[in-house]
Amino acid sequence: MSENMRLFGSGHGACPGCGLPIAVKSVLEATGPCFVANSTGCLEIISSQYGKSAWGVPYIHSVFENAAAVAAGIEAALKALGRKDEGPVVVFAGDGATADIGIGCLSGMFDRGHDVLYVCLDNEAYQNTGNQQSGLTPPGSSTTTTPAGKVLPGKVKAKKDMPAIALAHKARYVATASVAFPRDITRKVKRALEFEGPKYIQIHSVCVTGWGIDGKQAIPVARLAVETALYPLIEFEDGQLVRVRKIKDRKPVEEYLKPQRRFRHLFKHPKGKEVIAELQRVADENAKKFGLDA
Amino acid sequence: MMKVVRGFYAVAYSVKLCRPDVICAYPITPQSEIVENIAQMYANGELGNCEYITAESEFGAASILVGASAAGARTYTATCSQGLILMSEVLWNAAGMRLPIVLTIANRSLSAPLSIWNDHQDSMAMRDAGIIQMYVENNQEVHDMMPQAFKIAENHKVLLPMMVCMDGYKLTHAYEPVDLLSQELVDEFLPPYDPPVKMTTKEPYTFGSYATPASYMEFRVAVYNAMERARKVIEDVYKEWAEISGRDWGGNIVAENCEDADVCVMAMGSLVGLVREVVKELRDEGKKVGFIKIRTFRPFPADEIAKAVDNAEKVIVFERSLSMGSDAPVTLDVKSAIHKKAIDVYSPVVGLGGRDVPQNLVKSIIEEVMENKVEPGTYFRGLKDYEEVIV
Repeated sequence: MSENMRLFGSGHGACPGCGLPIAVKSVLEATGPCFVANSTGCLEIISSQYGKSAWGVPYIHSVFENAAAVAAGIEAALKALGRKDEGPVVVFAGDGATADIGIGCLSGMFDRGHDVLYVCLDNEAYQNTGNQQSGLTPPGSSTTTTPAGKVLPGKVKAKKDMPAIALAHKARYVATASVAFPRDITRKVKRALEFEGPKYIQIHSVCVTGWGIDGKQAIPVARLAVETALYPLIEFEDGQLVRVRKIKDRKPVEEYLKPQRRFRHLFKHPKGKEVIAELQRVADENAKKFGLDA
Repeated sequence: MMKVVRGFYAVAYSVKLCRPDVICAYPITPQSEIVENIAQMYANGELGNCEYITAESEFGAASILVGASAAGARTYTATCSQGLILMSEVLWNAAGMRLPIVLTIANRSLSAPLSIWNDHQDSMAMRDAGIIQMYVENNQEVHDMMPQAFKIAENHKVLLPMMVCMDGYKLTHAYEPVDLLSQELVDEFLPPYDPPVKMTTKEPYTFGSYATPASYMEFRVAVYNAMERARKVIEDVYKEWAEISGRDWGGNIVAENCEDADVCVMAMGSLVGLVREVVKELRDEGKKVGFIKIRTFRPFPADEIAKAVDNAEKVIVFERSLSMGSDAPVTLDVKSAIHKKAIDVYSPVVGLGGRDVPQNLVKSIIEEVMENKVEPGTYFRGLKDYEEVIV
């Protein structure tokens, strides 16, 4: 059995096509044995049922909004007990647990400078409970709490810029990644672990049920998010942008939106054109800001 | 070493002697000086390898201690009032995960209206969380309790969080002579924390699993059973402390002159000293009145109380908190403990939000019960004449 299968393997209950196991295994490939603190959410539910834990590393789930603080506590304990050599401390938290309900604990962890790698598994809504919008849900997405209706075209507000929030806290290493590029995730985690202090990696992770796609479309759709520049893959070290994934022949955002049920209404809704134009503007801005076009 | 110190120092100094590995807190009046004193000790390098962390909130502080405790650290925090109920989600979780976090509660009222002064509404709000609760009457007792709290909470038959409750301001800021413990005595009494399981990469366990209806109930019953087992563990630790320190604070309750008493008066916390004095005074006047100090509130010492009041006709429970829509919390438990006995229970609620409870008030409250001038039940004393606007 490969190392990452041993650390996170049989027993998890993820949907076929779910991005989470890809993300987690790609992270653990780089960390090896480590301490995992997980927030309540998709990953927790698919991996930690009593008697069926999929984890081959010490794992803790406390409550929804405190994984960053729990990880900080583990790190403090390892320091106090002289056990830092046992392995790094890693958080896996969903986008809602990160950007909404848990942002206070995350800010505290960053601010105090704990030696913790925080991995946000961004499937862009509260998917575990059936696709309710979070701060990381992109505009135009129809969720159960921002449904598309006669007047509203799904979520109205922008996706919260968590990497910028991490950078503002002087997190030592900040990066985005995508389950479409698993080796890139592993490389970034390896790089992150070279920095002592707080590190933040946000991984775009497909949710087949919430996004309304087939399992076999999962990776192509995830790739389109990167190829349209809606999900720029960027890497900061000590506040400096050091690497980006360049895009050859950047695709229009419609190509990413069309296959997904959550965006389908945009192509017939009276405000759909406006939202698509806004998403294209965001993509263009990303491309310009980070120099993505090859 | 006898020294005149303030309550917060008595706590901080005792906590230091317990050699915690991780201390994490968020300042709140009137707990602040406890953690400020500990922070100073940390700044002076007096806490050994201990990590002292100021969190971004009480919620964060409790969460940090969940991680630290699960990783095998001895953990401590102090809080009160809004801070305690902000912690409550995490503390219920810590109890369920069987993490023996020790807390000092500098008892303070709850908002609204905002009040920084003392009563017991904050700790009572945590009654059902699976946290052991005990109340101290003075600063020597709180100083002595901290090592005992770690020993009780960390006992493998228990493994539950424990709150040592001291009245905010009335004790935290009071100057009292305290016989400060020596490191040697505490080291002899309190071994290092040795959890049965902990988070380690050498033997990876999963903590905080979710449970389906097929297993949830057993986990909760296990917490209930641990709290039941704690009764004996607490008694044993209290006894061991009396032997090693030479100060015997009694068991889960301390009953005085109850054998022949028609009226038994109960109190908890800093009110104990005053009520005990008044009861003595009345006894000197020939009144058949006894006194019970309730030390442990969770697990509730129902059997001890039932036994102590066996010959009484009336019980007075001095309440420092409320349960809206029912009897006050201590009364509920006392009534439950004596439900088979024909004893009337009187529940004067006093001193909410730091309202003064003078000696003559305590005396008149007991006398009006003895003279049949008041009906059993919940009533308020020390209340001013006022008009309610929303009626």
